[in-house]
Amino acid sequence: MTTHASRSLVPPGRTRTVPPALHEFAYWLHRYRRTWRGTVVLNVANPLLFLTGIGAGLGTLVNQHNSAALNGLSYLAFLTPGLLAASAMQTAYIDSAHPVHQSVQAKGHYWAASATPMSPVDIYYGHLLFNIFKVTLSATAFTAVAAAFGAVDALRAPLVVVATLLVGAAFAAPSAAWAVTAKRQPTVLAVLRFGVMPMFMFSGTFFPLTQLPGWLQPVVQATPLWHGVELCRTAALGTGTVAGTAVHVGYLAVLAVAGLLLGRRTYQRHLHS
Amino acid sequence: MTETTRQPQGTVPGQAPMIRAKGLQKRYGAARGEGFTAVAGIDFEVRPGEAFGILGANGAGKSSTMRMIACTSPATGGSLDVLGLDARTEGARIRARIGVVPQDDTVDVELTVRENLLIYGRYFGLPKAEIRRRATELLDFARLTDKADERVEALSGGMRRRLTIARALINEPEIVLLDEPTTGLDPQARHLLWERLFQLKDDGITLILTTHYMDEAEQLCDRLVVMDGGLIVTEGSPGGLIERYCTREVLELRFGPGEREAMTDKARGLVERIEELPDRILLYTDEGEATLAAAHARGIVPLTALTRRASLEDVFLTLTGRTLVD
Amino acid sequence: MSAVVGPQVSARPGPALRSGGALAMVERNLMIYRHTWLLLVAEIFEPVLYLLAFGVGIGGLVGNVPGLADTDVPYAEFVAPALLATTAMNGAMNETTFNLFNKLKTNHTYESILTTPMTVRGVALGEVCWALLRGALVTVGFLVAVTVFGLVHSPLVLLVVPGALLVGFAFAALGLAVVTYLRDWQDFQYIQLAMLPMFLFATTFYPLDVYPRPVQLLVECLPLYQSIELIRQPSLGEFGVGLLLPAAYLLAVGGLALLLAFRRLGRTLRS
Repeated sequence: MTTHASRSLVPPGRTRTVPPALHEFAYWLHRYRRTWRGTVVLNVANPLLFLTGIGAGLGTLVNQHNSAALNGLSYLAFLTPGLLAASAMQTAYIDSAHPVHQSVQAKGHYWAASATPMSPVDIYYGHLLFNIFKVTLSATAFTAVAAAFGAVDALRAPLVVVATLLVGAAFAAPSAAWAVTAKRQPTVLAVLRFGVMPMFMFSGTFFPLTQLPGWLQPVVQATPLWHGVELCRTAALGTGTVAGTAVHVGYLAVLAVAGLLLGRRTYQRHLHS
Repeated sequence: MTETTRQPQGTVPGQAPMIRAKGLQKRYGAARGEGFTAVAGIDFEVRPGEAFGILGANGAGKSSTMRMIACTSPATGGSLDVLGLDARTEGARIRARIGVVPQDDTVDVELTVRENLLIYGRYFGLPKAEIRRRATELLDFARLTDKADERVEALSGGMRRRLTIARALINEPEIVLLDEPTTGLDPQARHLLWERLFQLKDDGITLILTTHYMDEAEQLCDRLVVMDGGLIVTEGSPGGLIERYCTREVLELRFGPGEREAMTDKARGLVERIEELPDRILLYTDEGEATLAAAHARGIVPLTALTRRASLEDVFLTLTGRTLVD
Repeated sequence: MSAVVGPQVSARPGPALRSGGALAMVERNLMIYRHTWLLLVAEIFEPVLYLLAFGVGIGGLVGNVPGLADTDVPYAEFVAPALLATTAMNGAMNETTFNLFNKLKTNHTYESILTTPMTVRGVALGEVCWALLRGALVTVGFLVAVTVFGLVHSPLVLLVVPGALLVGFAFAALGLAVVTYLRDWQDFQYIQLAMLPMFLFATTFYPLDVYPRPVQLLVECLPLYQSIELIRQPSLGEFGVGLLLPAAYLLAVGGLALLLAFRRLGRTLRS
């Protein structure tokens, strides 16, 4: 409906129109052209650093101890898919929440965008599309590095990227939907510190769930990142079961769709109030 | 502010100037060889108790001059004495005795209104009890007592500017520098600010201000200089400058599209000076109504005709041209 | 009132501002932290997370740390001092990079401060003092957490506090020097690009002998490695001349960085 409204505003004579959301996507892509070098370096360097520093370095200690909890798996092979999922979450949150919050401030980009024929929902979709595009970039870079490192089976790599994308979408959509309503920048930071970081550390990324005290395990299993980590890990190792995969995919898909529906409402309410 | 005595305005023979600049220059980036000259050698004096204006378009060198007087930017040539002290070597001692209101309100956004004054006083090394006493007075002076414990973020533009001025007074300065003090304020806020500045002047504080607004300069300044391209192009009192560079009145005749050129030709000789603008012509005259009658007599039929008093704005545009400076 | 009106040299001498006002700068920051002290709590939260995740979670996978003089050091006790050093580093460096950049470029805080008798050196020194104080404060908070987790066995551990102050000084000064080179917020990713590998490789999570000798030499040059040594040795009960090298190293790095920062800031702020 909204697309219909904006389409009618396109000057006559232009027969082929693109979805308005793509204009918003193009805007962010254009901005990205100035900064992509730095983020690409970070996207390749960060995983490489964690894989060498923690995976190989700390892995030496872990492998020496040969804990039964890892089922004979090398620490690097255990860590890599978990880290991939956790990075997708971080990229999705940081790149959604922060720019969205900035854009909705006085003098922010959204006010310029909402003065064009684009509807708030177009703006949301376009921005979200860009964020998922960035998650794709970094997930691909990470998986390629990991495959070259021998930390992920090269044949399974594409499947792992797809699983990572789902994690990215499950975090990006609700993050943006919420960030457009966030009043102050410290709030955005606080969610990162007290929500995203604890998930990063405890959702099975660095160690198996069994290392945690029993009462904490169901709590962790309720977090979206745990499902993301499990999905990526089983995809990378080929250990997935139909039921398990269905649960993980279902959980993440519901989160993504719920975020999407919420975002349509919050953008509408905050940009056209 | 409270203890200073009222001082006579203008020159008193034998009285030392508050500021004396000779051949003052400011060149940026000279070390890297790519520099540009912001101030190209200027002379001026500011006398005790006067309000001294520095006018000029963007990039004329006003702000650089102000920063040199404030001893926050070293001169690259010439000499500058402030309060009888050499600005090159006595920066900290000079800064202790002046107040600065910068162009952007650089109030500490993380603090409350009162805290801004308290901490600023500490930068001068003043004792805490003394600062507290002065802060209360200054909040009253700036009409901010109600807002004393609010965060600066909550203030309007006018309040912020008044806070900046109050802050500049915390050390009981002998000179206050104001860089475009009313830019961006609404008319009410502007008038309130002018009124506060008049009070400072009455208290005998020497004011130095830059401004884009000619009405402000006419209102506030006893004496002013006009800068252009880093040089002083003229100096005098607002009234004196109008007398020197303008006629008493200006007659503005507006014409329809395509008519202007023919009408300008008809008007030639009516007055000594005619200025052509895209949509109208300005006739500089001492008797606007008489000139208008004479124009009608020559068959000039404008869309509208307006006679007004010549202003400092006319002087300014005459001296610095109408070309847009960005 | 004297008969001659007008400026009088030394009629009212400038008030004494010892050290160019460094103390006033610390006072300002303290005033602000009265409003935002919760941020400090948040800063303790992150190392505690790492301690729990690595100490407890990964600790079970690692057991006792091999290759140390003392053979029964549990992994958590090995990681905790390194995280303490990292906390001191981050606490100090966040202040002189992020917060300082904000004051320098976004809020133009120093512009108005420098219209007073305050000097650039005073401002810089004050910021470094405040940053190392803040780093020490966060470190003490983290130390309390470590104690609560039962990883501390001797009151001698309090001796790490002066160590943390020195770490804070070195990194506050380094941050101050680095921030003068930054043009915009994008440039912060270069800092991140230097800090993350240092955090991961400077023996935070495993002992130096995991590396081959040439790499060990490289790691030993990192300021964070020396900081961790300064804190880890006393935490594991080693007090000796081994502490002199890290201490001297950090003093030298901090001192040189401070001198560089003085020069660069002077050029930026008094142009």
